[in-house]
Amino acid sequence: MRAALARLIDWPFEALQRALGAARMPYVFVLPNLLVFGIFVVLPMLLNIWYATTSGVELMPEQRPFTGLANFSELLDCSNYLNVASCRQDRFWRAVDNTLWFVAFQVVTMVALSLITAVVLNRKMPLRGFFRAVFFYPVLLSPVVVALIWKWILQPDGVLNAILVANGGQRLPFLLDSDWSFTWTVVVSVWAHMGFYVLILLAGLQAIPPDLYEAAAMDGTPQWRVFWRITMPLLMPNMAVVLVLGLIRAVQAFDEIYVLTGGGPGTATQYIVQYIYETAFAGQVHIMGLAAAASMLVGGVLLVLTLLQLLASARAKQ
Amino acid sequence: MNSFLTRRRGNWTDWLSWGWMIFGTLAMFVPVLWLVLSSFKTQSALQEFPPSLLPTGQKQIVVAGFEKPLPVFSVPLPDGSRAERAMVRRIGIELQVIDPAVLDAPIRRVKLAEASPVRELHFAIENYLEPLEKFNFGRYLSNSVIVTVTATALTLLINAMCAFALSKYEFRGRNGIFIFIVSTLMIPITVILVPAFLVVTKLNLGNSLWGVILPPAATPTGVFLLRQYMLTIPDELMDAARMDHASEWRLFWRIVLPLAAPALAVLAIFSVVWRWNDFLWPLIVLNREDVFTLQLGLASFQGELQTQWHYLLAMTVVTLIPVSVVFAFLQKYITTGIASAGMK
Repeated sequence: MRAALARLIDWPFEALQRALGAARMPYVFVLPNLLVFGIFVVLPMLLNIWYATTSGVELMPEQRPFTGLANFSELLDCSNYLNVASCRQDRFWRAVDNTLWFVAFQVVTMVALSLITAVVLNRKMPLRGFFRAVFFYPVLLSPVVVALIWKWILQPDGVLNAILVANGGQRLPFLLDSDWSFTWTVVVSVWAHMGFYVLILLAGLQAIPPDLYEAAAMDGTPQWRVFWRITMPLLMPNMAVVLVLGLIRAVQAFDEIYVLTGGGPGTATQYIVQYIYETAFAGQVHIMGLAAAASMLVGGVLLVLTLLQLLASARAKQ
Repeated sequence: MNSFLTRRRGNWTDWLSWGWMIFGTLAMFVPVLWLVLSSFKTQSALQEFPPSLLPTGQKQIVVAGFEKPLPVFSVPLPDGSRAERAMVRRIGIELQVIDPAVLDAPIRRVKLAEASPVRELHFAIENYLEPLEKFNFGRYLSNSVIVTVTATALTLLINAMCAFALSKYEFRGRNGIFIFIVSTLMIPITVILVPAFLVVTKLNLGNSLWGVILPPAATPTGVFLLRQYMLTIPDELMDAARMDHASEWRLFWRIVLPLAAPALAVLAIFSVVWRWNDFLWPLIVLNREDVFTLQLGLASFQGELQTQWHYLLAMTVVTLIPVSVVFAFLQKYITTGIASAGMK
């Protein structure tokens, strides 16, 4: 039975080999992967340019009138670049503004906390494997689950407010106030992702030759000096990777925040990917052109960051 | 470990390290623990403020002559002591109670203000069962399982085939294809949302699970990881089989694939986690409620007015079970996978 089943799988490929010859089989092997890739990744990339340079609300490309760079100039049209409200697409600029603040706070906090955690985990201490796993657990959780866990904690009658009230404080509008809401998107995002960066930094720390530390210990060098003179310089390549990867992902923050705050209150936590998603899919009219143009702008930023990352990881390998 | 234990007491960096690790453990696990505890509370218990730590509910008792179990209150007795009595009905500010221990006990009246509900540990299992009947969560669950299993099988197969060709053959265009695949590692889905949706619609895959399964199946990370591993498998094994007139497919299926099992396992774990947790892409492809995955079902359920938290929390726990199992048993594979290939 099992042999018969195996024959059944073998048969089409063996027939192909008889028809094409063994030398062409590698192409057969790469074809399915390349096909899926070409249709769902490469083709969309090219189509995106068409969407970005056409207007209208039609999904079908042939029904969209070509408008050149009109979408880009609409996105970038502001009478005063220091004032978001003066822009034609003020929602876009608000999203850009929010995203920049988010990226700045999220990346700095996350890299700092990941570094501290990795340094501690690199010490010889009991339960090290357990602790390493602990920080990684939230990384595996789905963004929707992460958002709901925190939404439940942060709601007006939630446990955090209960703790505040029990300690004589007052309830705080964690998800109803702009500043609080922004703060929590940063905190939740760091909570959910830092474990990944801890692992990368830890791998870098463990690659530092121990004899350097032994030599420093023999000289009686103080610990903080060892950290700044040995650990940090040797960890720099991994730090660069973490920094750039963190930036790339922070720019694209969407899922957890979308479920946690929905971009609110108002537009306080609406970030750039949510703008793209809502412009293209969620509103009454689907303005695909603007969304595609915005996604190309984001793509440009990500491309620069990616090149930086390649540079950083090339240096890390040396 | 020894140097840590034998070092002189009071080394401040040790204390700091322990402090940070304990704080971290609490910060990472307590929110999840709170979710799990809350998911076992009844709807009324969830509305209490301040919330109780453990899932408690009012004690109920079955009394002969009454169809439904009766809620139990602690009420004052004429002699001044208190006792547990079952409530028959409530009229305004008065409760009519009976002694559940006595057969055909007479009904007494007590003031509502003097009675206090008796609480006991109560796990509201119905939070887990009712959404499966009343709402479509059973459907979401099966959709998620179908997507995760099919997509992982497909990813493993086509990635392994591609990696096999790239690692075991010399053919024209090989390096070009490899560089092409690895470079697309950098294209985030956010950048191609609009046109990818068009392609899926044109292929009639909108609102179908295949529209969720297919597009991300050709993962560059998977090809990369498997290729690196297959490079370490000696070619002599294949040459020997060729002598016996084995077809190229058999070399792949019978020799290289079984030997690449460790790398396949790592990719399978990642694929399961990716697909189970996937949100943005299904959100765009699936608009009809009957094809929702668990993630979409949860997200839309929480967006509704008057969120029914007792169901939502329970379903969230269901959603995090598979990844928690993966975490508990396979955590080592994942952490080494990240450290070596930088994948997520």
